[in-house]
Amino acid sequence: MSVFIIRRLMQSALVVVIMSFIVFSGVFLVGDPVEILVSDDADQEEREMMIKSMGLDKPFLVQYGIFISKAIRGDLGDSFVFQEPALLLILDRMPATMELAVVALLIAIVFGIPLGVWAGLKPESLASKSIMTGSILGFSLPTFWVGIMMILLFAVVLGWLPSTGRGDVQIILGMPISVFSWDGFSHVLMPAVNLALFKLSMVIRLARAGTREVMHQDYIKFARAKGLKEQRIILVHVLKNILIPVVTVLGLEFGGLVAFSVVTETVFAWPGMGKLLIDSIGLLDRPIIVAYLMIIVFLFVLINLLVDICYSILDPRVRLQDIKS
Amino acid sequence: MTTAENNMESEEKGYEGVQTPLRRFLSDFCEAKLAVVGFFTILAIALVAIMAPFIAPTDPYDLATVSVLDSRLAPGEAMMNGTTAHLGTDGAGRDMVSAMIYGLRISLGVGIGSGLIAMLIGISFGLLSAYAGGKIDSIFMRIVDIQLSFPAILVALVLLVTLGKGVDKTIIALVVVQWAYYARTIRGTALVERRREYIESAVCLGLSKNRIMFRHLLPNCLAPMIVVGTMQIAHAISLEATLSFLGLGMPQTEPSLGRLISNGFEYILSGKYWISVYPGIALLVTIVSINLVGDRLRDVLNPRLQK
Amino acid sequence: MSLSESPTIEVKDLKTYFFTKGGIARAVDGVSFSVGRGKVLGLVGESGSGKTVTGFSILGLVDEPGRIVGGEILYRGENLVSASPDRMRELRGVNISMIFQDPMMTLNPVLRIDTQMIEALQAHESISKDDARQRARDVLGQVGIASPDERLRSYPHQFSGGMRQRVAIAIALLNKPDLIVADEPTTALDVTIQGQILYEVQKLCSQTGTALIWITHDLSVVAGLADDICVMYAGRIVEQGSVNSVLDKPMHPYTDGLISSVPSRNKRGVPLAQIPGMAPSLLKLPKGCSFGPRCAHFSNACDSIPDISNYENGRQIRCHNPLGAGTTLRVTD
Ligand SMILES: Nc1ncnc2c1ncn2[C@@H]1O[C@H](COP(=O)(O)OP(=O)(O)OP(=O)(O)O)[C@@H](O)[C@H]1O
Ligand code: SF4
Ligand SMILES: [Mg+2]
Repeated sequence: MSVFIIRRLMQSALVVVIMSFIVFSGVFLVGDPVEILVSDDADQEEREMMIKSMGLDKPFLVQYGIFISKAIRGDLGDSFVFQEPALLLILDRMPATMELAVVALLIAIVFGIPLGVWAGLKPESLASKSIMTGSILGFSLPTFWVGIMMILLFAVVLGWLPSTGRGDVQIILGMPISVFSWDGFSHVLMPAVNLALFKLSMVIRLARAGTREVMHQDYIKFARAKGLKEQRIILVHVLKNILIPVVTVLGLEFGGLVAFSVVTETVFAWPGMGKLLIDSIGLLDRPIIVAYLMIIVFLFVLINLLVDICYSILDPRVRLQDIKS
Repeated sequence: MTTAENNMESEEKGYEGVQTPLRRFLSDFCEAKLAVVGFFTILAIALVAIMAPFIAPTDPYDLATVSVLDSRLAPGEAMMNGTTAHLGTDGAGRDMVSAMIYGLRISLGVGIGSGLIAMLIGISFGLLSAYAGGKIDSIFMRIVDIQLSFPAILVALVLLVTLGKGVDKTIIALVVVQWAYYARTIRGTALVERRREYIESAVCLGLSKNRIMFRHLLPNCLAPMIVVGTMQIAHAISLEATLSFLGLGMPQTEPSLGRLISNGFEYILSGKYWISVYPGIALLVTIVSINLVGDRLRDVLNPRLQK
Repeated sequence: MSLSESPTIEVKDLKTYFFTKGGIARAVDGVSFSVGRGKVLGLVGESGSGKTVTGFSILGLVDEPGRIVGGEILYRGENLVSASPDRMRELRGVNISMIFQDPMMTLNPVLRIDTQMIEALQAHESISKDDARQRARDVLGQVGIASPDERLRSYPHQFSGGMRQRVAIAIALLNKPDLIVADEPTTALDVTIQGQILYEVQKLCSQTGTALIWITHDLSVVAGLADDICVMYAGRIVEQGSVNSVLDKPMHPYTDGLISSVPSRNKRGVPLAQIPGMAPSLLKLPKGCSFGPRCAHFSNACDSIPDISNYENGRQIRCHNPLGAGTTLRVTD
């Protein structure tokens, strides 16, 4: 098991290094930040000072080397705009994004699995067909447009929910969290549902496909032959089997959820790191863009690792293989 | 008695079984009415997009005719030049109907264009990978895996930040995002097909490798390509709209549907819904139709699900 | 075979059809038999002859697109064909249990053995987890599983096929049922274990009066275990009677073929006889006797489907030209 984890860790580290190079060289080509930062009437000397102070005069590889050696020490550079460490700025916004993503994930699971299982149990029923058509809709609706429509309906026309911002936050375990107060919850609700829709459709499909497959297995019939109640067959025998693929995919998709919150945060002016990224792109604030991407890369690698471990807990067959290897 | 009846029954079935694969495919496909509706909707939408210059009441790109005085007219109000803006006008004074028709053209063009290019690149790399095997295969697939493990939206975002705005750049970004799906799908299918007997017999007959690859492998990989292709095109259209909404992708001067929605977003809070709502509905209908067709295609073409 | 005592299970003219896209598959077409307390019925026949479907029909577990379309299944006089799903659930696992054909697929891969055994007990009686575990332990020991405590905490994939089948058998025995439908339960086991299990099952049946329907391809197993035998072909029973009389003097050409294709000591050196041809597809049964195309005794009469005729000693044969008909008296009623 530990050999397995160590090997996985090394693989992960390699991916992070490769991605850091790609990200850095990609963003290196972005516009000219000096143009934005230096006031229009600055003379040549001032410009050069600026360029020097930001290290933009050095060759690309040297810049990358400096970037990497600093990054290892947790320094991803200072924001050009805020003059503060980019990493801190992003970490500061991270709880908001994470909260949004977690709530969205919960919505997707809590509604998606029962709907999917139901659709899988009665594939020919009208309800099942409606659920499936609905899930196509969920796949098709562009997130940002649904967000705008939600604002139009619930904030503008009905006036039930606030359209922007995060509302009251409470500090829980050192992190600012909104969901536990009514005001905060009312702010989270719309963006979280918006973010969840796509994954909800996905969970429904996965759960349905899994249920259909499992229901045809002999062990379900054998469970019936034991005289088990249908309820127990579905809640224990079917559910435990379909949870494995669903959890795997959902875990892997959590990163996607965080990434996609860029869109939702922009629509609902949710003060998370996604909104910071979009703002920074507008301002060509290179260190923040790089820091954001590096954090996302890190997050993805971490998630992959965690999913593998969770998977081995849920599926005894995998666990055994790991112990052997 | 019963046996005789049974025999008759199976003979009748036998005649039905003679239908050509295409006819069978069509009749299977048409079993789902929604998918048929989707198909004809796509046809109609494509027609509108192609005929845009002849159908649209005004030319939204012609700065001479667009007047700021017309901006944000509600649906049904008359514009300065006398034409009625049936769906209102946007912030720049463009007639929404015209803007949407042209926007649809751009959205569809970018989506289908990027989808086809990505498909071409993906097929080439996927087939090459499957056919070469060994080191080349594992390197290609590693690249594909890493690329696919990052969400499309971020990859496209970074690319567009680097490249800037424009139709060509948007297409490039979307191609980069999509090619890997095609490559992986076709490689998987090709590997399965390759093991099948007929490839072996083709090799035995001394057919050239190229001939085997394109004459024998490709037709069999067609079904999964069609399915992935429809889904990916829908995805590309949605992604382009999202990127344009975020201020990347299409420039203000050539608004795609996504950009139109984005433009309307600032007026939403004041209740001027039409600038965002109508292009959104057009976008939605397009994507849903494509997905309905794609979904049905997947069911019909998937041999595993066939009884 | 005593007819005075009412049988545990009595199947009368059972018809279970599958309504598939390609037509109607009459998997079980007019099957009748009965099994009394403590008796063992051997159900033999080629692959696809409808043995498993007969078993599933008794448990009320026929899957779509299959349906019982006719006949009666009387369990102690209660017709199961018309019983409610709830009633069937009550009976399953307690009164009637089944051992499935493929041991690799019958246990849920993600649940531990103890979970799967304890739930079978708790579904039918309020019994504490500890007591249930104790019972499970005992039964596992009974079917020859060493260190049952440790085994209870294992997952199915940690077991070999034979071990899994023993677990499945143990689960079937858990509630001491009146009737067990055993669908080729020992095919996956090696010969010594097979003997051991056969012995256990036989003992159980005679001790507790459990009736047993033993489905198999293997005539030698039937010979050693069963009281009566039913030979199925293409959904119908073609011959039935007591094991001894049927195996000694088969009257249906198909039974005869089956018996001569079994290798045995006194036939050493002689090439094994084989039944020519293949089992017919249920969707395209031949006209008349379904065994016709493969039968050496085919006559013009065989163009019509033969009825069941009764012979002495309670034997029944579905054939126009039964073998040795001259020596066995036909009973007319
Ligand atoms: N789910 C199903 N759908 C359609 N037909 C079925 C289905 N299950 C069984 N059948 C039909 O019932 C027939 C009998 O099947 P059954 O499983 O009872 O055979 P069997 O005698 O148990 O054979 P084996 O010795 O191989 O287990 C099959 O030939 C098949 O045509
Ligand atoms: S009825 Fe005729 S064909 Fe059928 S088994 Fe008897 S002799 Fe053979
Ligand atoms: Mg069987």
